[in-house]
Amino acid sequence: MASLTLFPKAGNKASAEKRTERIIKGGLMLCALLSVLVVLLITVMVFKEAWPAIKQQGLLNMITGTSWKPTAAKPRFGLLPMIAGSFAVTALALLIGVPVGLATAIYGAELATVRVAPLVGRMAGILAGIPSVVYGFFGLMVIVPAVRLLGGTGMGVLSAGVVLAMMILPTVISVSEAAIRAVPGEYREASLAMGATKWQTIWHVVIPAAKSGIMASVVLAIGRAVGETMAVILVAGNIPVIPKGLLSATRTLTVNIALEMGYVRPGSLHYSALFAAAAVLFAFIMLINLSVRMITRGGSR
Amino acid sequence: MMKSVKKHDRKRDERFAFAVIKALSLTTALVLLLIIGYITWNAIPALNWQFVAGTPGDPLNTGIWPMAVNTLLLVVLTLAIALPLGILAAVYLKEYVREGPFVSVVRSATENLAGMPSIIFGLFGLVFFGKMLGLGWSLANGTLTASIIILPTIMRTTEEALKSVPQSYREGSLALGATRWQTVKKVVLVSAFPGIMSGLMLAIGRVVGETAALMFTLGSSDRVATSLMDSGRTLAMHLYMLAHEGLSVEGAFATAFVLVVVVLAVNVTAEMLANRALGRGGRQIGR
Amino acid sequence: MAGETGSRSMVRAEGLNLYYDKLHALKDVDMEVPKNSVLSLIGPSGCGKSTFLRTINRMNDLIPGVRVQGKVEVDGSDIYDPSCDVIDLRRKVGMVFQKPNPFPMSVYDNVAYGPRVHGIKDRAELDSIVEKSLKDAALWDEIKDRLKKPALGISGGQQQRLCIARTLAVEPDVILMDEPTSALDPISTGKIEELIDELKKRYTIIIVTHNMQQAGRISDRTAFFLLGQVIEEGPTYDIFHRPADKRTEDYITGRFG
Repeated sequence: MASLTLFPKAGNKASAEKRTERIIKGGLMLCALLSVLVVLLITVMVFKEAWPAIKQQGLLNMITGTSWKPTAAKPRFGLLPMIAGSFAVTALALLIGVPVGLATAIYGAELATVRVAPLVGRMAGILAGIPSVVYGFFGLMVIVPAVRLLGGTGMGVLSAGVVLAMMILPTVISVSEAAIRAVPGEYREASLAMGATKWQTIWHVVIPAAKSGIMASVVLAIGRAVGETMAVILVAGNIPVIPKGLLSATRTLTVNIALEMGYVRPGSLHYSALFAAAAVLFAFIMLINLSVRMITRGGSR
Repeated sequence: MMKSVKKHDRKRDERFAFAVIKALSLTTALVLLLIIGYITWNAIPALNWQFVAGTPGDPLNTGIWPMAVNTLLLVVLTLAIALPLGILAAVYLKEYVREGPFVSVVRSATENLAGMPSIIFGLFGLVFFGKMLGLGWSLANGTLTASIIILPTIMRTTEEALKSVPQSYREGSLALGATRWQTVKKVVLVSAFPGIMSGLMLAIGRVVGETAALMFTLGSSDRVATSLMDSGRTLAMHLYMLAHEGLSVEGAFATAFVLVVVVLAVNVTAEMLANRALGRGGRQIGR
Repeated sequence: MAGETGSRSMVRAEGLNLYYDKLHALKDVDMEVPKNSVLSLIGPSGCGKSTFLRTINRMNDLIPGVRVQGKVEVDGSDIYDPSCDVIDLRRKVGMVFQKPNPFPMSVYDNVAYGPRVHGIKDRAELDSIVEKSLKDAALWDEIKDRLKKPALGISGGQQQRLCIARTLAVEPDVILMDEPTSALDPISTGKIEELIDELKKRYTIIIVTHNMQQAGRISDRTAFFLLGQVIEEGPTYDIFHRPADKRTEDYITGRFG
């Protein structure tokens, strides 16, 4: 094969260049594989460390056990109180946060003037950037005393739910707003041209068309609320019992891990039981991620 | 006519619905203003030289100097690791391979990482970097853990930035006989730079605010970390300890204020960079 | 060495077929382009002329799902042979695109880009390449005081001549032009046409154009494409004045297209 090399002094550079390209491509691929590797490592690590406790206690026993007494003479490792706690605070957060977030998204995408609309996204950006611990601190100083007026210590499901509602706002707002904006303008025009009001158009045409994006925003918000640790730890009271009402103290799966991992002896049953809590959390988050994928993929068709 | 009655009802419905939407949107704005305003207002009395330069060992127990330095160290080291890795991974996915099974596996892994709770990363760092690699509670462990946390953010924003680079730049370069890598390095990445920087800002915000993942990896020593194997406490961790243990409300407000200021600065910069990335028309890049 | 294989064609295609997935975009294309001549490719949109152009520097490789059968030779070397280096090929076969696509760098850096990626670092050498290329592209006098200015800030016609200079800077043998004047005003178009006339003394040029008059003005030979096939190829004068094929005549006289 004749050489096509143009610059004589580049001489043998062509093959060296090709080799460099190959090495670079290989290196880049390794970088891309890093996230796959980390996910695998995390999965293996969580279940490996959780295994001793699950084997000894039985998975079903742990999940349905109502008593968490890791340091008692006869230790108990029931995770139900924490599962219930995570569920309660998340449900409350959604109940408050989703309507507010969705309304803000509708406002930003449909009602706001051109000058105001960007502010909605900016607000969501800042809310998303505020560290969890700042939300927790704010909750401790403002929400907890307010809830205390209703009775009790103020720390519990209600306070945690309110703080989490604030924290999921940016997720709901930004993802829903993007979904609403993505609805083609022709839909709106067709509806308005038939004499529908703007609100009828939004309610009957735009929101149904943006349904999958809005659902994705809610599922992502669930993930954020369930996974949150530092904000909840400061306002939930952290008692490992199944909450009886809005004002009772509660402990979530994440808080359980954060509170006890610091003093637990590595390798002990208690340590492993904390990883079992992490495994439950992990499995739930994976389920959430999967749902988001399915919702958004279904919606893009 | 019956129709006009109905029309009247619809108008009223609309006014009501819009009023509710506006009220709820206002709630969002108020929440944000309340958090920022409340913290700023209460932090003002505590913001003095003692707070900035002192150490917690001082009599007033409010200084944040070591925590600020530790936070800065953590951010710089984390970016030094995660930024190149994340950018190169995104380059591979966008510039070197076509959509297919490989890309979708990597993408779903990255999405999973992005949705993972901080506390899980904390446990991973504790076991993998701490126990298995023997890093214990240290700046090295905290850095590696934080790098994993921001990797998805950097990958995603870099991919977006690469997507916005006109295809004609790549074609022009390749048609001149440049290799892929030369094209990426000299034309594509340089042109995607503002977008990548905007993602970098988000990543900085995430590291500065991170707490749960650092509890069992970086630890909470209140001295400046002088080596990679030293434990250290960041500002966010400091705020948690002050608030949880009720050590100093004044110090907590001031620390929260610093965190909020960092977040605002990071957001403003990110938006400026994103705008620059959009209005690329007459923009210049160096060699 | 290449070129001494007996043929005096610079570019030669033989039994060339190209598929986009299932779409058969080029059908049994045969073509010979003599050295230092200008060949125009004409035909209605989607006829395969741009696709053919892009097989010559293998730019079609960038499109997923493309399959090429048959043979394309540049200077006597089969460019679809597995041992052919695409990078070397593209140094030898330059391309000017439909829309001017200068990089977002200075005028100087745009022209110096090619030499730089091919390993030239010496400042004085780069300076002389840049000056020579800009002169050859008839742009030097207009732009010599603005070498450090952003390339995106100059006019569209100047941008396209800058892209030609950028191509000349790597000293190709063949220059492919994909409707290079379709985004330009008549005055800029005239300048580029003059330039092409000048360049053909040293380069082999293949140009895709929608503009019949342009093909008539600038090219030595013309090929008419229709539905992926070459209907007729020959000296430009013959194609325009006594086409052998009825379809060519219909197209040229404007009955379809």
